[in-house]
Amino acid sequence: MGIIKAINLVHEYIKRDEDNNVSDIVRALDDVNIEVEAGQFIAILGHNGSGKSTFAKHLNALLAPTEGTLVVDGKNVKDEKNIMDIRKNAGMVFQNPDNQIIASVVEEDVGFGPENIGVPTEEIWERVDNSLKAVGMTEYRKHSPNKLSGGQKQRVAIAGVVAMEPKCIIFDEPTAMLDPNGRKEVIKTAHKLNKEKNVTILLITHYMEEVVDADYVYVMEKGKVVMEGTPRAIFSQVDALKEHRLDVPQVTLLADELRKSGLDIPKGILRREELVKALEKNMAR
Amino acid sequence: MSIILDKVNYSYSVGTAYEVNALKDINLKIEDNEFIGIIGHTGSGKSTLTQHLNGLVKATSGHIYVDGEDIYDNDYDMRKLRNKVGLVFQYPEHQLFETTVFEDVCFGPKNQGLDKKKAQLKAFEALYNVGFPEKLFYSSPFELSGGQKRRVAIAGVLAMQPKVLILDEPTAGLDPAGRDEIFELLAKMRKELNITIILVSHSMEDVANYVDRIIVMNKGQVMYDDAPREVFKHYKELEKMGLAAPQVTYLMHELKEKGLQVDETATTVDEAKQSILRALGR
Amino acid sequence: MIRDITIGQYYPANSIIHKLDPRVKLFSTLLYIIALFCFKGILGIGIITVFLFTTIKISKVPIKFIVKGLKAIVYLLLITAVFNLLLTPGNRVFWHYKLINITDTGITNAVVMSVRLIYLIIGTSLMTLTTTPNQLTDGLETSLKPLNKINVPVHAIAMMMSIALRFIPILIEETDKIMKAQMARGADFESGNIFKKAKNMVPLLVPLMVSAFRRADDLAMAMEARCYSGGAGRTKMKPLAYEKRDRIAYLVAILFFVAVIVARVLLPFPQ
Repeated sequence: MGIIKAINLVHEYIKRDEDNNVSDIVRALDDVNIEVEAGQFIAILGHNGSGKSTFAKHLNALLAPTEGTLVVDGKNVKDEKNIMDIRKNAGMVFQNPDNQIIASVVEEDVGFGPENIGVPTEEIWERVDNSLKAVGMTEYRKHSPNKLSGGQKQRVAIAGVVAMEPKCIIFDEPTAMLDPNGRKEVIKTAHKLNKEKNVTILLITHYMEEVVDADYVYVMEKGKVVMEGTPRAIFSQVDALKEHRLDVPQVTLLADELRKSGLDIPKGILRREELVKALEKNMAR
Repeated sequence: MSIILDKVNYSYSVGTAYEVNALKDINLKIEDNEFIGIIGHTGSGKSTLTQHLNGLVKATSGHIYVDGEDIYDNDYDMRKLRNKVGLVFQYPEHQLFETTVFEDVCFGPKNQGLDKKKAQLKAFEALYNVGFPEKLFYSSPFELSGGQKRRVAIAGVLAMQPKVLILDEPTAGLDPAGRDEIFELLAKMRKELNITIILVSHSMEDVANYVDRIIVMNKGQVMYDDAPREVFKHYKELEKMGLAAPQVTYLMHELKEKGLQVDETATTVDEAKQSILRALGR
Repeated sequence: MIRDITIGQYYPANSIIHKLDPRVKLFSTLLYIIALFCFKGILGIGIITVFLFTTIKISKVPIKFIVKGLKAIVYLLLITAVFNLLLTPGNRVFWHYKLINITDTGITNAVVMSVRLIYLIIGTSLMTLTTTPNQLTDGLETSLKPLNKINVPVHAIAMMMSIALRFIPILIEETDKIMKAQMARGADFESGNIFKKAKNMVPLLVPLMVSAFRRADDLAMAMEARCYSGGAGRTKMKPLAYEKRDRIAYLVAILFFVAVIVARVLLPFPQ
């Protein structure tokens, strides 16, 4: 049994006009089936408005499904009394680092979550120490978040989630507002948590190069899952990816073009080294 | 119209322990109808530099000449400068405030002292030039998608008919498709409206495909100022500054090391493809 | 100019003052303010001056940094001083013109009021500079807990305060950016009479409000996601507990206050 299981999940946003009559219904999630095993690193790709963030908000019980079932860590999100347990076990990192840091000192912000769930004082300190260490922000613990870079702020936000010791962390476009260095920092941290703390990771993003090292990838569009598979399987369908308005990394794109021009290059090239190796073989012939 | 920067320095918090030299001895010449990318990581001084170009920030020392006139002369009219050099900031949310898109775009021309009719005409033209759909002219700017908001923000400055249009991170927060649309739009505007476009970005890969000239900023200084393929020759130095060259540049260098006679200055996928096929004798 | 305000900022340093329990600091600041408004005579002001500057010295906050905060009240200070100087009747008149008199009492009043204002700002900034906003709200929350009984939502108020303090610098920065963005479109925030100026603020205020609401929305969601559900059942990372130094500080504050009162009774001269 997976840690996250979405069965035929549907979510509709209902717009109402001034007289409170329904003026429009938007199906943000349309029959979504996603299953995640504990310890996996899963990525969900999609452009703005594809429904990926709506899905993320369900995992943390911030939104409730219109139809279908969503079970997180064995608990149905539809049941009101499960909400606190679900939020404790499925932490969430949001897009804008400024709008999710509550305290004016780094360590106090990391302690905010444990305070909310009633962790005893001594243990809060232990958890804060460990989480700051896990994201590599220990030396900034006394700093004000305002003086940190975007990537560092985002790592503080991650530490705040880690301190609640969740089984699973959902990253909802954590890099969309960061510069390239910040983006690398955040993705590296996510992988580190996955490997060292065995936390299940769900990364939601529109940057394809960030999903190269994931275990499994879902591509969403218009509220539906339109592609799924290992990164290699996904990256080998360059034409389909372009159709879904995704940004195929240059190396994958080049490999695909060269293959179409008759060179002997395997499908689904993810990294530069792979393309160099494939081209070396072509040279030898 | 040309802009010349002569030994421009800018520091803030002068005289305190926090003094920072945000710009150091900047010399630049910007000509008519150029398409320039200013690249640098956060805090490199790239945004500060652009704010000098339309007088929002005043240099601590040095001179800026626009059309041969020193903008720091006492009798120079800053309004004139802002009419010539338009600046679009990173977040459209920072400038949209009117109840309708059309009204919002009228704001700039009205500030220029144009009467209502003329301002509306300019707004209409600008919205047309950024490819904004007519059926959304009278909707609220707050209800648009990210890409549409960006277009309205650009139109808001374009309506003032600047000769130079500067855009700070015009694609931040947009998805790949939205990003490409904005870049295509800028390339088209430069051609059809015959204006200079300067875009500030931290992404080399995005910019390489579109601009003719890249200015790399690092620690308040201009490190490189050249055509993209010349700038990317320094890919190792760029990496030290926290900037990466396009993936293709790295790949081409690695192939050359392996003995394949490719053109390592290729910066786009298409150039790389042609070069590799040629080197393999296809 | 807005950046010059030091009230509400925190200056990190490792000093006894920083480590004191926020309740002690709140209490002492309260006594200090009362002392400021009821001292009389040169001895009183002397005691207050010594107390204030010794505390600053111990706090390791550079005086320069605190004084910078006064820039924001320069005008208020000037107006107060001038009014007191020109409009106070007194025994000896040094200069006279129609309704305006410069008298001995006027001069003393001007000096005393200026000192009061300056010391008030310095003293309260010192408290905020040495206390993190979170400690401050914690202190207020604990001190005001009895009000819970009469249905005052003390926890909610404290939480709102600490969030406000966290977002003030962010919103100030944002104001700056919006102003620049609108100035690039030819907006004018400086010229014109007061009505025109107010009207010209619309392009600044609308984006600022929109952004503030958006941030509030995001933050509420982020807090909920981290299991926040009000004050009930929460534990504290940094629970307030008095230590020896806090008791000593209480004692010092009370002694200081008593000294000022005694000085007022014994040596209330010059007025």
